Amino acid sequence: MKLKSRKLKKTTVIDFATYIGVILAFIIMNTLKSQGMLTRSLTGQLIPICCYIVMAVSLNLTVGILGELSLGHAGFMSVGAFSGIVAAMSLQSVIPSEALRLAIALVVGAIFAAIAGTLVGIPVLRLRGDYLAIVTLAFGEIIKELINCLIIGVDEAGLHVINATGTKSVNDLGLSEAGRVLIKGAQGATGTQTIASFTAGFILIMISLVIILNLVRSRSGRAIMALRDNRIAAESVGINVTKYKMMAFVTSAALAGAAGALYGLNFSNLVATKFDFNTSILVLVFVVLGGLGNIWGSIIAATVLTILPEALRGFADYRMLIYAIVLILVMLATNNPQLKALFAKLIPVRKGENVNGQA
Amino acid sequence: MEFLSYLISGISLGSVYAIIALGYTMVYGIAKMLNFAHGDVIMVGGYISLLSMSSLGLPWPLAVILAMLVCTVLGVVIEGLAYKPLRSAPSLAVLITAIGVSYFLQNAALLLWGASPKAYTPIIAGSVKLFEGQLSISYVSMLTVFMCIVIMIALTLFTGKTRMGKAMRACSEDKAAAQLMGINVNRTISMTFAIGSALAAIAGVLLCSSYTSLMPTTGSMPGIKAFTAAVFGGIGSIPGALLGGVLLGIIESLAKAYISTQLANSIVFAVLIITLLVRPAGLLGKYVPEKV
Amino acid sequence: MKKVISLVMVMALVMCLMAGCGSTNETADPTEAPAEAEAEAEVETASEGGSFYIGGIGPITGDNAIYGMAVMNGAQIAVDEINAAGGINGYTVEYKFEDDVADGETAVNAYNNLMDWGMQVLVGPTTTGSAISVSAKVYEERVFALTPSASSPDVTAGKDNMFQLCFTDPNQGSGSAVYMGANMPEAKVAVIYRNDDAYSQGIRDTFVAEAANQNLEVVYEGTFTEDTATDFSVQLTAAQAAGADLVFLPIYYQPASVILAQANAMGYAPTFFGVDGMDGILTLEGFDTSLAEGVMVLTPFSATAEDELTQNFVAEYSARYGETPNQFAADGYDCVYALKQAMENAGCTPDMSAEEICNAMVEQFTSMSFSGLTGTDMTWSAAGEVSKMPVAVMVKDGVYVTAEA
Repeated sequence: MKLKSRKLKKTTVIDFATYIGVILAFIIMNTLKSQGMLTRSLTGQLIPICCYIVMAVSLNLTVGILGELSLGHAGFMSVGAFSGIVAAMSLQSVIPSEALRLAIALVVGAIFAAIAGTLVGIPVLRLRGDYLAIVTLAFGEIIKELINCLIIGVDEAGLHVINATGTKSVNDLGLSEAGRVLIKGAQGATGTQTIASFTAGFILIMISLVIILNLVRSRSGRAIMALRDNRIAAESVGINVTKYKMMAFVTSAALAGAAGALYGLNFSNLVATKFDFNTSILVLVFVVLGGLGNIWGSIIAATVLTILPEALRGFADYRMLIYAIVLILVMLATNNPQLKALFAKLIPVRKGENVNGQA
Repeated sequence: MEFLSYLISGISLGSVYAIIALGYTMVYGIAKMLNFAHGDVIMVGGYISLLSMSSLGLPWPLAVILAMLVCTVLGVVIEGLAYKPLRSAPSLAVLITAIGVSYFLQNAALLLWGASPKAYTPIIAGSVKLFEGQLSISYVSMLTVFMCIVIMIALTLFTGKTRMGKAMRACSEDKAAAQLMGINVNRTISMTFAIGSALAAIAGVLLCSSYTSLMPTTGSMPGIKAFTAAVFGGIGSIPGALLGGVLLGIIESLAKAYISTQLANSIVFAVLIITLLVRPAGLLGKYVPEKV
Repeated sequence: MKKVISLVMVMALVMCLMAGCGSTNETADPTEAPAEAEAEAEVETASEGGSFYIGGIGPITGDNAIYGMAVMNGAQIAVDEINAAGGINGYTVEYKFEDDVADGETAVNAYNNLMDWGMQVLVGPTTTGSAISVSAKVYEERVFALTPSASSPDVTAGKDNMFQLCFTDPNQGSGSAVYMGANMPEAKVAVIYRNDDAYSQGIRDTFVAEAANQNLEVVYEGTFTEDTATDFSVQLTAAQAAGADLVFLPIYYQPASVILAQANAMGYAPTFFGVDGMDGILTLEGFDTSLAEGVMVLTPFSATAEDELTQNFVAEYSARYGETPNQFAADGYDCVYALKQAMENAGCTPDMSAEEICNAMVEQFTSMSFSGLTGTDMTWSAAGEVSKMPVAVMVKDGVYVTAEA
């Protein structure tokens, strides 16, 4: 075997390492799982971890690569989750194959979230900085409250949707005898058939990675990063600000929607209040801890921080306190100038990895 | 008559938001960070004042002063331990640390004071009845509005007239330049946290007096609302925080009364979004166009 | 550069994690009998006794921590009493409670965690949303579950091995309407409920549906959410303006206490009517019970009841945890005793698998009747719903007295 004459680009190496890492992790986990060597607690977390990884990677596109702080990412997850559930459950009798229904649900979730992303993105992306952040927060809360008022049922005549504001309840849906209620306002989606699978989660991660890494390394991706680094300079060389911002924002929302659909179909009950401000913040923590713009960092941070509270169960009442302390200490340590200097001495500075730019 | 009553409850609720927002806005203006732990400092203020009244049997003015002291110390300690080492770090790192501090305070309160809600005895009870009892205004509401105005005036004077206040304004304009002029930036920021946290203690007492219940998570939602209010009014602006808070309270009340109680929060946020689209830096914020 | 540092930190985190896992595994190991050392366990059972593994799930951190704490503590007292009195069928009971922050995802994690521990029967989950999420798992994996307090019919619907100890939402909602119809005919009713909470919304729906049949006029409906739960004066003013003389509050006692205080401050004094979530209001620390004078509550449990069982339980609970138990604590306590009775009837032994116990329990629960703190002669339907009728009590001089029906 001869080495390739042309040295691969650093970014390409990192990208391939990320793909291979995820594939390896999947193979290892799947083998362990089939051998029954994983604890049930860990097995149960595999799918949520996949969802959170996709959430973190997609939010990284907005926060790390586009450089706009979003505090409402859970809203898109919510849109995806509920539209995915409705799609999967209403097609239950039409399409018997679970895998196919799951795939359809993910696509539907992604489409609806992309629509929501477009609607939110048009006004939001005109703003900047903290004002943009607060408006994404506002949209996240509005989405939560609207979905909380939604009642959806299905019968042979098709979907029935009513808005539960005022004094309506499930009985006002007008369902036929054979009909089923899919989403009941505050009670959320109950009795969902849990068809999500770890393999689907893995495929979703791979698709997200392919989409995001290719976007970032493309011409459009460079335009997006140029906007992040210096909007005025980028504008002056003719980069269409709105177009590229929307491209990043909507892609991010669509992936979050797909992750939401997978998440929703993993639990038999899902309520709208699950996707509140705290969930948005949780995902943001993954992104910042993993490194802005750093895709594989997001993957690892999402995995570790999802398992951490579970691993701390031994501490009972103290576990969330310890989680908070760990979070603060990690942030302090990763940003400590002395530590940074120490590492700089130990490890020669690598060049050309400016993917993880700072906002 | 009902309209007046809705309006009054809106103003009273808005005044609490405004006091919290004042703390947010001060810290943001000087340290350029969103202190998400601010809401939880309010909760601590509430607990301290409640415990010093019920367990130590202190009269309420002393309890309020004690709560202010404890919160001031807490604010300065948080700033020194968690935020100061991150002065040169990216703003998002500070944001996440603030969220960590917020989780920490909530869970520490849970362990210290237990999960059960505690009923808070309002520091002053009773109400004025007007128009043959058709309209009633509680003393707590009046006190809240009064305190809110007093605090805003005091802060405006403080930042405008005193040396420390001027130092704060200098830091908020340009930290490096302020340092060159001989201003101790670190001390100024600590001072800002001290004032912000003392305000949080007052807000805690007033919040709990109108919302007579206290839990470890009591502060988080008003905290987010106040953050919204601060941005609404133009973050960094002291009169803006007051205006933003009061307007937010009034919109929330009227939306509940005349549109839908279920969508009240959505309506508040929708108004916020529309306002920001028209005035991208909030109602009273300065819009600084970027220069090349 | 940043990458390297984050990598190191993440490594450090992973190490902590491993350490964490390690320590939990160690503690869990000796108890992992069913999976690994079944044969061994059987021998041990004969010689040393062995133990039943009963798990519990509920929020002990976060907003709803009070409910999980109460269930955990109540059940713990029952377990300790049972162990002190010689256990179930001569075998001791091991009890482990896991936190779920009232969140479906975390509840499923907690459930899996308990299964790793070797759980045979579940007392929980405490809250409705979590219970629905977990109920799908217990049904699939044939583990018997008895929830102390998750009251939605969705919890038990379609699952033969998920049972409830508390009233169901419809039971309470229509029960309240029937009671009002019989005792306060032609009342003008205002409903204030929390519309982002499954429990509150569920009761409101069934109440409003039944109110129409009972000749009750619902003149106003106001809602609040977690985010707007700071100020109720608007809802109260509107209820007053609509002429409501009865305010139905299908909510938990914490917001209810605020509503009572704010109504009092504005001089509005209708009859307030609550459901089981309202219980606990009299023992809320620092609450002025005179505000609750005349409040009517449908509740299965009252800490001031005179019977010996309640008195002992209340004394023990206050001595241990320094507070008066609420209905959740009593539900947790009853759950453990109901399980004990069923296990004794069926002659269960710890070496039975979760599935065997499950089948025995389903058979027992659908045929037995149980008396405890929260009701006498309770029976269960095959669907898993308990039949006990709510009792209306009224607050008089700071204590509950049975309302004249």
